Parts: sequence; structure tokens; C-alpha cells
Amino acid sequence: MNKRDDQVNNEGTATEERSLPHRRVHLHSEHQQQGEQKPADMPISISIQGLNAYYGKFRAVKNITLDIKAKQVTSVIGPSGCGKSTMLRCLNRMHEETQNGRTDGKVLLDDEDIYDKRVDPVAVRRKIGMVFQKPNPFPTMSVFDNVVAGFKLNRFWVNKSELADRVELALKQASLWDEVKDKLNQSGMALSGGQQQRLCIARTLAVEPEVVLMDEPCSALDPVATLKIEDLIRQLTSKYTIVIVTHNMQQAARVSDWTTFLLMGDDRAGELIEYGETKQLFTNPKDERTEAYITGRFG
Amino acid sequence: MAGRNTIATSPLPAQKTKLSDHPASANWGDRIFYNLVRLSALFVIILSSLLVIELFHGSWEAINKFGIGFIWGTTWDPVKEEFGTLPTIIGTLVKSLLALIIAVPISIGAAVYIAIFAPKWLRGPLSYLVESLAAIPSVIFGLWGLFVLVPIVRVIQIWLKGHFGWFPLFSGPAVYGVGVLAAGIILAIMITPIITAISRDIIRSVPKSQMEGMLALGATRWEAIRKAILPYCRVGLAGAVILGLGRALGETMAVTMVGGNAFALITSLFDPVHSMASQIASEFSEATYSLYISSLIYVGLVLFGITIIINILAQILIWKISNGKVGIIE
Ligand SMILES: Nc1ncnc2c1ncn2[C@@H]1O[C@H](COP(=O)(O)OP(=O)(O)OP(=O)(O)O)[C@@H](O)[C@H]1O
Ligand SMILES: [Mg+2]
Repeated sequence: MNKRDDQVNNEGTATEERSLPHRRVHLHSEHQQQGEQKPADMPISISIQGLNAYYGKFRAVKNITLDIKAKQVTSVIGPSGCGKSTMLRCLNRMHEETQNGRTDGKVLLDDEDIYDKRVDPVAVRRKIGMVFQKPNPFPTMSVFDNVVAGFKLNRFWVNKSELADRVELALKQASLWDEVKDKLNQSGMALSGGQQQRLCIARTLAVEPEVVLMDEPCSALDPVATLKIEDLIRQLTSKYTIVIVTHNMQQAARVSDWTTFLLMGDDRAGELIEYGETKQLFTNPKDERTEAYITGRFG
Repeated sequence: MAGRNTIATSPLPAQKTKLSDHPASANWGDRIFYNLVRLSALFVIILSSLLVIELFHGSWEAINKFGIGFIWGTTWDPVKEEFGTLPTIIGTLVKSLLALIIAVPISIGAAVYIAIFAPKWLRGPLSYLVESLAAIPSVIFGLWGLFVLVPIVRVIQIWLKGHFGWFPLFSGPAVYGVGVLAAGIILAIMITPIITAISRDIIRSVPKSQMEGMLALGATRWEAIRKAILPYCRVGLAGAVILGLGRALGETMAVTMVGGNAFALITSLFDPVHSMASQIASEFSEATYSLYISSLIYVGLVLFGITIIINILAQILIWKISNGKVGIIE
């Protein structure tokens, strides 16, 4: 019996429950049983303090202050163009790779400001990995080499068996091992879209980050592949802090413990409207704009 | 408002058109265009066949006299009517190779800079500069080479010979300045713009997600370029390099001016050197009898053959890169 089967059995036929209407509620009561901790004193992984992000003169994200809890899934929702991707890309300093992209404010990872002058963005990205909207495996590399592409960086010499172990571990963590263990030498492009996305997750995990950022990781995938990734995200939360941007509110409700709602202000800059426990935010939003959005009245 | 009313109450019945009202045979323009492009393609084929036939025809006398041995013959003596062209073949290949060794890293580096690093305001002017460099006539390069490059090369040669004279490549006469080294450098300068311009376009066409994917794994920009961008477009880059090589092989004017043009097998980087193209160009007017002319055309045929062979090898190389096995576990 392989690992995935175990998983399904332990969790009690997780996939069947997808179709049940009560699934959402069930998922959340489950979390609360797991974590008896009071939300307020949960350990914090990333603390965003007064973050602004600009494209040249245009401010896309305005004054965001938010604490992301460690080993929890935090979703970011909001209408198109409200700055979700921009905010996410500020968390691992990818925003500054865009033409004219710049930020101010603080982003603390374990009490260290990642925007401190002495901090190397490369070091930040090793601790805070990122999965993109469209699967982007490296086409000239095999599946194997794709997985360790990040791990091999700045290592002059790596033990072959260590490398193989790491590939297996990362692929198992990404629930991909059973599907690709016989084609490790094939091109990463030879996989299906969903497999490619899990390959990208595996290569991110192989670097052993603390946080994994995901920008609409399922938007290019079919429903079955989407469910697989959602399952995977739930599993990963035992080891990693995950921040996921999604357009899909059902998805946010299904996978996340905490939800952040952004909205464009009058100056077209994205602002934080509400942040709270996912269940509370979806069932009993504090802000009327949140309520309007989740009930589909705009956006 | 008035206009709208008129249309709405128009007494004309709505006209319905049939598919056959506009038969396919009425598409004159299409057919003329089709025949025109077909004719153009035919023209290209006829032209290149004529070229090959003419090369064979013109060199027939020399082919009959010297046979294939012409290629490894090392004597070129118009007085004794004996011809062989190995030194110019070697000269052409060595110079072109030297040019590639110098030009490829510079070109790809420049292309990476323009495509990825250069600030927006600099990108345009820089691209323009590179493109206009590619359009400079080769005789200008030759003049510049003769008056600026050759004296500098001469100083470098003397220094190299003084310090590393024991090294075979630096053992030649260091007095001329003109020679393999100068020719290689001038060729490198001439092919750099074209390789740069093409590589820049190729690098720019690599999806952003490739670079970002590598950066997000904690790569430096240099690592992201080396491990994500360059492998992604390696086939295109190989094509750009081959285009540059093609130009280097056939380049005549500048190389004639700074090569030194001595018909002898080269043994060091400092030796004066002749190449096939410059031999044809410089001797054609003094070729007084038919075997001489025929031999020069034979040189042209050999150059043509070498260009074809290199192009085929390049095709195979590109095919291997693109279809071959991807990264095997090391
Ligand atoms: N490269 C860029 N240059 C200039 N402006 C940009 C750039 N990328 C995004 N923007 C602007 O920044 C704002 C926020 O964009 P962002 O991509 O973060 O939105 P989003 O919430 O992720 O939207 P979506 O849900 O459609 O992905 C938008 O107004 C957008 O037009
Ligand atoms: Mg987005």
C-alpha cells in the first residue's frame, strides 16, 4: 500500500467527502479539533507592517498590516486587479524583479525584516518559496533535475544518493512520487498540467523553505487536478506556512485556516479590508464590503 | 434620429445572398498571389543550381588537372602552373574559429545585458547601436583594423612573445602586427553585432516565468540566466552563432587587409595568413591564363563546399540539442 492510499484511509475517504455539501463545515471543525490553540496567540511566521507596493508611480498595494500564522494556510481573496499577486510577490521580494517595482514598509520573517539593507533577496527566497499560476517546469531538465534545480544551487558538490533521497522525499511530499517514479529521466514537460504543477511544488519543497507562496496555483488546472493540489496543501500545512492567492472563494473556504480580503480603493490601490479566521470571515464577516463580495454582489 | 427612421421603414426588401453568388473561381487575387510565390520559390532553386553548375563548370579544368588533391596541396605557384589550397583552407578555418572564440562570449553577454539587465531608456539606443554596427561595410572595418587594431596587436604580440615565447601558439614572428591574431580579432568584431542582435531577440522571447521560477528557488540572477534562460533558448543561440560563423567564413575585404596574405601553412597566432575568399578576390585580376582562373574558381567551390558542410553539421547539432535526451542524472 502506498503513501497516498494511507492518506486517504487515514483521513477517511477524503475525496468522497468533496462531493458532500457539509464538507466545508466538516473541514473546519476538524481543524479546530486539531488545534485547540486560541487563534490570538498562535505563533506568527510573517508579519507584514505598513506594506506599500508600487509600479513606478502607481501604488498597487496600500498600507497593508497583517500577521500570517505559522503552519497555517492563509488565503488571499479579492476581485481581479486588487493587488493580490502584487502583495504576494512582496513577501519573497519577487516584486522588485518587475520593471519599476518597488516597495516600502516592513515584512518580518521570524522577526527579521526581509527588506533590511543587509538582507540578500536570494536568502529570502530560499526561506520563502513560490509556486506560480502557470506550471513552469524547466523544459530542458528531466523530472529529477527539475526537483533538485533549487537544491543544487550554490552547492558545489552533492552526494548522489543524498540527491536521490531528496528527490524522492520532495516528490512524496508533493504526492507525485507514485506517478513519476518510473519517468524521473524524462522531460518535465512530458507530465500533465496538474503533475507539472505538483512538480513545481516539489522543487520548491526540495529547498526546504519555511513558507510557500502560491499564486492561483490551480487556475490553469482541471477540477480533478485542482482537488489533488488542495489535498496536498492541507497535508503540507503540518510542516509549512502557506499563503495562497485564489479567485475561487470555495477554494479559499476549503483549504485555508485564515482568509485575507483585499479590495481596490478609490485610488485603485489594493487595501486590506478584512482578515480573520476563514470560517468566521465566510459565515460572519465584520465588514459589509466583505459580505457583499462573498455573497457575490460584486467582484 | 431621422436617419434611423429611414432605415427602419426602408421599402427595399432584405437581400439574401447565396453561397454560389461568389464562386471560388472569382478569387483572381488569390490565384495570382499563389502563382507569384511559387515562381519566387522556383527562382531561388534555379538560381542556386545555376550557381553550383557554374562553379563546377568554371573550375573544371583545375579539377581535371589536380583532382581532389587540390584540397591538401600546399603549393600555389602561378609560374610553374601548380595549384593547391590547403593553407587558405586552414587559414580560413583558424581565423573563423578564433573569431568565434572571441565573439561568442561577448555577444551573448551583451545580448543578456540588453535583454535582461539594461534599464528601459538604454535598451533602445543600445539595440540601435548594435544594429547599425552590423551594417558597417567591411572595408571600413578593414581600414580601422589596419590603422588602429594592427599597431595595438603588434604591441600585444611583442609582449606575448617576450613573456610566453616558449608557447607554440606565440612562437611566430611578432614584427608584423598583421596576421592570424589581427584577422581573428577583426572578424570577431564584425560578427559580434549580428550574433548579439539575434541572441538578444531570442533571449527576450524566453517566457518571464522561466527566470522567475529559478529566482523563486533562491537563484541569483546570474544563476537564473545560466540555468533557466540560456538552456531554454540554446537552440536559437546555436543558430545565431552559426550565422556568425557563416559570415566569418566568407568575409573577404577586412580579412584581406589585416591578414598579411602569405600563402603558407600557419604554425602560430602571429603568422601572416591567407584565406580562401581573400585569395580569390586579390588574385582574380592578375590571373592571366585559364588554369589559373579555373584554380581560383576551384577555391571558390571548396569554400562553398565547406560552408555547406558546416551548415549541415550545425543542423545536426541543433537537431541533437533539441531532440536529444534531456538532462540525465549525473
Ligand atoms: N507589471 C506591471 N506594471 C504596472 N502595473 C501593474 C503590473 N502588474 C500589475 N499591475 C497593476 O497592479 C494592480 C494589481 O495587480 P495584481 O496583478 O496584483 O492584481 P491581482 O489581484 O493579482 O489580479 P488578478 O486576480 O487578476 O490576478 C493592477 O491595477 C494592475 O494593473
Ligand atoms: Mg494575480
